[in-house]
Amino acid sequence: MSANVLRVNDVTMQFGGVVAVDNLSLEVNEGEIVALIGPNGAGKTTAFNCITGVYEPTNGSVSFCGTEIVESYPHGKMKKLYRGENAGKYAKRILPTPDKITKEGIARTFQNIRLFSSMTVFENVLIAKHMRAKQNLFTAAFHLNHAEEARMRAETLELLKMQNLDHLKDEIAGSLPYGIQRRLEIARALATEPKLLLLDEPAAGMNPQETQELAEFILQIRETYHLTIFIIEHHMDLVMQISDRVYVLDFGKLLAHGTPDEIQNNQHVIDAYLGVSEDA
Amino acid sequence: MNKKRNTVIAALLLLAALALILILERILPPTHIALAVLKKGCIYSLVAVSMNLLNGFTGLFSLGQAGFMLIGAYTYAVLTIPAADRGSVYMYYGGGIIHFSVPVIVGLLAAGLLAALFAWLIGLPVLRLKSDYLAIATLGFAEIIRAFFQWDELGVITNGSNMLRKYPSFSTTLYPFIVSAVCIGIMVLIINSSYGRAFKAIRDDEIAAEAMGINLAKHKRMAFCISSFFAGIGGALLAMYQTSIQAATFRSSMTYEILLIVVIGGLGSVTGSCIASFLFIASSEWWLRFLDTEMTIGNFHVPLLRAGFRKVVFSVIIMAIVLFARNGIMGNREFSINGIFRFFKNPGKKKEVKQ
Amino acid sequence: MDFISKNLPYLLAGISVGGQYALIAIGYTMVYGILRLINFAHGDIFMVAALVTVYSTTVMPLYLSIPLTLIVTVALGLLVERAAYKPLRSAPRMSVMISAIGVSYLLQNLALYVTGGLAQTYPSIPFISNTVQVGPATTKMVTLVTPILTIILVFALMQLINHTKIGMAMRAAANDFETSRLMGIKVDNVISVTFLIGSFLAAVGSLLYFTNYASVIPTSGAMPGLKAFVAAVFGGIGSIPGAVIGAFIIGICENIIKGLGWTTFSDAFTFALLIVILIFKPTGLFGEGATDKV
Repeated sequence: MSANVLRVNDVTMQFGGVVAVDNLSLEVNEGEIVALIGPNGAGKTTAFNCITGVYEPTNGSVSFCGTEIVESYPHGKMKKLYRGENAGKYAKRILPTPDKITKEGIARTFQNIRLFSSMTVFENVLIAKHMRAKQNLFTAAFHLNHAEEARMRAETLELLKMQNLDHLKDEIAGSLPYGIQRRLEIARALATEPKLLLLDEPAAGMNPQETQELAEFILQIRETYHLTIFIIEHHMDLVMQISDRVYVLDFGKLLAHGTPDEIQNNQHVIDAYLGVSEDA
Repeated sequence: MNKKRNTVIAALLLLAALALILILERILPPTHIALAVLKKGCIYSLVAVSMNLLNGFTGLFSLGQAGFMLIGAYTYAVLTIPAADRGSVYMYYGGGIIHFSVPVIVGLLAAGLLAALFAWLIGLPVLRLKSDYLAIATLGFAEIIRAFFQWDELGVITNGSNMLRKYPSFSTTLYPFIVSAVCIGIMVLIINSSYGRAFKAIRDDEIAAEAMGINLAKHKRMAFCISSFFAGIGGALLAMYQTSIQAATFRSSMTYEILLIVVIGGLGSVTGSCIASFLFIASSEWWLRFLDTEMTIGNFHVPLLRAGFRKVVFSVIIMAIVLFARNGIMGNREFSINGIFRFFKNPGKKKEVKQ
Repeated sequence: MDFISKNLPYLLAGISVGGQYALIAIGYTMVYGILRLINFAHGDIFMVAALVTVYSTTVMPLYLSIPLTLIVTVALGLLVERAAYKPLRSAPRMSVMISAIGVSYLLQNLALYVTGGLAQTYPSIPFISNTVQVGPATTKMVTLVTPILTIILVFALMQLINHTKIGMAMRAAANDFETSRLMGIKVDNVISVTFLIGSFLAAVGSLLYFTNYASVIPTSGAMPGLKAFVAAVFGGIGSIPGAVIGAFIIGICENIIKGLGWTTFSDAFTFALLIVILIFKPTGLFGEGATDKV
């Protein structure tokens, strides 16, 4: 079995009295494409936000390539409110900001596209190079870092070429068609040089043709960049086609997990999606 | 190729401006209002660009500019009053406790640095706040700073609520012009650097910027300190221009004025801020001045004209710009040499502008 | 006993000023609740109200002048909303805030023009200007009238908001502007009513506030305006009881500080309080939290 890239342990996210993610544990192994599916409001994006540092989970931990990157336990007024399990299990509070997580090597996209809409395509991708550049305010302002700046620009251009976006590089990101914006957002995430890529509903709003292209695109970037991919998606065709394993979330709880075939035939999953009638 | 050409042309334009100032100083009497407008315009350009760096480029709506200018002005004045004159300036405080004075250039740098230091301290708590809360908190800090500088107990340094004067000032317009040009030049370099891109990313989408590995706290603090540093220098220049200062004059209305300049020029346009500064100062102090004096043409006594009418007309114009030309003079574009070339090459075609 | 007689005047002044701030703060908090706009011009509308009283009392008796003040102030509030904020309804919030700053600048310059830059003597209004003895302290009647009137007006306002159709529409618009528009609420009318109430209370506030001061100048509205806004934030912006309680706390604290001989810092203290509350409880004492959706 290949090495663990991402491991989520007993993560619970509670907003006041509402438990959005309930004691979720899962793992993603190197080179895999793993899907997280579930009905609307099941807590999928919240789980992503807990992994990427946008939210502080109420309890639980996340490790990446063997190191703990997030850990938390109920504190303050959550001590009383906490309704999840494994309350005493975690004793540390490691709560990095999202930029630290990105620097570790986890990149993400967003459910509702979040590009830098007044900047060009080129600048959008170039931004991702900022965090790893060897520079400070002084050297950057007075062009003493031109070797570094030139490298950043060359790498950006190369990435855009590989994604077939280089002909659009001077376009303003906000004015591009929806499908291209989606691809640009993924390209931008790739520019942070991640080991693990989190995609939040990349096929939202796409037609079957575009979805098919996206599937091929995802498989292709996994090969090219040696990525591990964790994806939230509603398009079942896409999920079944590309993922190695699937986790199903319902009301914040893990409902099932297995290969795409197993999931397709799992009665719990079918019930969750189709609803169970009262007398059944 | 183009880049080199542009640099040369930009340098030539700057030299031309310098020459123009020199000529104006020769032919106009030294008290002419045009020279005063030029001096004040340079200073306001610097302060407006520093505010634009924060509000226009980083998207942090801060209203603390007057406070940082106050710190700069006081730092400069306190440090540079000649030792011999301290007795008369600090007459209510036994000559003050500072008995040395530093060269002008050191005073200017210290003005910037102290303002930046204050910004750093203030930034620790307030930069976590969002939009209007940040605005009101920075406005509050500016008021606190103002009260603090008027505090009697600090009178041995700040002269309490009395004026500070007799510090070195400038006589030529070249002085504020060169200092402002250098400072604005540095800010432009920063804006065009990798850090400037990070600032713009934060403005466009904070959450996405963070996901791109940009440390929000660090970069916001950086923008806040840079902006305050140059506002501090701007304050020092203003002190030099006025030849005497008093903390009570650095009110929030000063910040509002600078904000209006930034908006008129265009949020996110350095050249816009500069153009708007000169227009603002020239209109409010010079061109509209005729509105303040009563006038009779033939037998007709023009109504409304009397002291204060100028400011009314002026604020109506500003409201019109705010309401109907929301992007200001330049939008977020820059006045560029390439743009002019394009304009002259194909005057018929509509200029292709970056949004 | 000595302590009380020494500090009672400050406490009374604090309660009085607090009530006046409360009347202004309600205008801020209601507008912010619905439009998410810091109406920087509100303090200047308050100043204009005072000027209207000053000028109208020179040509008419007080019983006409006071209603006129109320009417003109309300009309001005509505005019400002229609002219400066309504055209920007779909613009970014920053644009509207800048427009508000522009209106404030305009009103101050207009006042400067009309008054010729001279401080205008505020007329003494009978009854509330009378001096009265409260225990060991002597004060003006306004000190006692203000808190009572404030509480009556706030009570009436709460009845309006909680028990009338327009009140319900206001609550809906404050909760979700777009959806209430979709539900057929005429949001523009709701906003007009909000400005109407806010300006009316500011006018009442100005009658009470300036009774304690000798004169009005064009910048008279700026500081009380800012402080009332701080009070609104302190109480949790959008909450009317919060604004009132915040205003009383700020008014009292400010006067106690003056009583301690720290007059230089009485304004600064208000802002320090603001910053502390923003840092530790950004939603204020009674505000509701809101999270960004990612």
